[in-house]
Amino acid sequence: MVGEQPHTSFALQIEGLSKSFGKRVICRGADLRLATSESLAVVGPNGSGKSTLVKIIAGLMRPDAGAITHSFDSTEVERAVWHRHIGLVSPELALYEELSGSENLDFGNRVGGWGKSAADYTAVLDEVGLGGRGHDLVSTYSSGMKQRLKYAAAFLKDPALLILDEPTANLDEDGVARVWSSLARRTLALIIATNEPSEAERAQSRFVVGR
Amino acid sequence: MPKAASSSADRIWAIFAKDARSEYRTRFAVNALFLFALVTLTALSFATGGAGLTPLLASVFFWVIVFFSALSSLAQTFVKEVETKTATFLRLTAPDDAVFFGKWGFNLLLLLLLEAVLTPLFIVMLNMPVANWTVWIATLILGALGLVSTTTLIGALIAVAGVRGALFSVLSFPVLLPLLVVLIRTTEVAFGGGLEVGLRDGFLVLGTYAVVATTAGWMLFPFVWRE
Repeated sequence: MVGEQPHTSFALQIEGLSKSFGKRVICRGADLRLATSESLAVVGPNGSGKSTLVKIIAGLMRPDAGAITHSFDSTEVERAVWHRHIGLVSPELALYEELSGSENLDFGNRVGGWGKSAADYTAVLDEVGLGGRGHDLVSTYSSGMKQRLKYAAAFLKDPALLILDEPTANLDEDGVARVWSSLARRTLALIIATNEPSEAERAQSRFVVGR
Repeated sequence: MPKAASSSADRIWAIFAKDARSEYRTRFAVNALFLFALVTLTALSFATGGAGLTPLLASVFFWVIVFFSALSSLAQTFVKEVETKTATFLRLTAPDDAVFFGKWGFNLLLLLLLEAVLTPLFIVMLNMPVANWTVWIATLILGALGLVSTTTLIGALIAVAGVRGALFSVLSFPVLLPLLVVLIRTTEVAFGGGLEVGLRDGFLVLGTYAVVATTAGWMLFPFVWRE
């Protein structure tokens, strides 16, 4: 299966992280640590700032204060290249509607240097339940199929840190089952931002935003 | 550690090819670029009524058309990425320099295509034959390089800004004004007017502008794209 090589040495460390928008506090002086094979649920009500925290961890937004380090074998990775080892499935991320599912995966593979083959595209599309639909334009996909394709891209990348924001949004029962099954087979550090208790329960630890 | 990447050239090509394929299927930027140019040229043609234009006036018209056509479309390569949320995918997949030069290359292709289409139409509709094709082609290429280098960076800047509107024009105009002044002078020579004495210096300015703008764009791009 694509992307099942373990990342045994990755660690995310957050120290004294603070972020607020005016009077709305997302987090204040937060400390976190997450390593390979560990999982963390980021929980909180709608609008509490889960997606903001996810963006900060992914390097897509700066915190007001605090330090975030990504490291492999205790060697810190520069923020400018965090994108190499992060996978993200989020409503804030979309794939190219005017390309087919396979073309999107091929684009990611080429531009990201993931070192995968066309056979890997087929395998990962089958894994997420999009087998046979890889050559269709994404604009013809349903919202659930687009969510599955985001997972396909994330799995193909084989990230050391996978961040899921609203992980089962738009997915049907089969899609949800496939996602959790695929995640269970992978060795990575996992962050799940959700307000669904059943999803949060899958993580080993919790972080509550907005306080 | 993550796997070694493919070469920078491969990545730049992947982004260029993706943009070209997307554009071929959607005509997102091309429609804006060519329609604006054709409508403006047609309006100018009717307004002048075939009366003889001076080389200076013709060169002003030409670069006004190219400049505003570029403003109407070149920022779209980044604006579209942000509006459709594919920018997040791109940020988490591609190195910054590959994004910059991939977009730069695609914008350059668009602008050179515009100039190639506009040239014969301009000559016919405004009755202004090119007297010196070497100067004309050199001016078009250096002009496109200068325009694209600046507009690619500013396109990225306005794409991530909350309020876009006329921001692209407002930011681009002062930066591009020196370029346009020199372009108009060298184009005037290509149309058979002006003085050839300062031509070498003009090309030197255009070449230097393109190199400086591209280098500055490449160096500043990560701050615009990631912060």
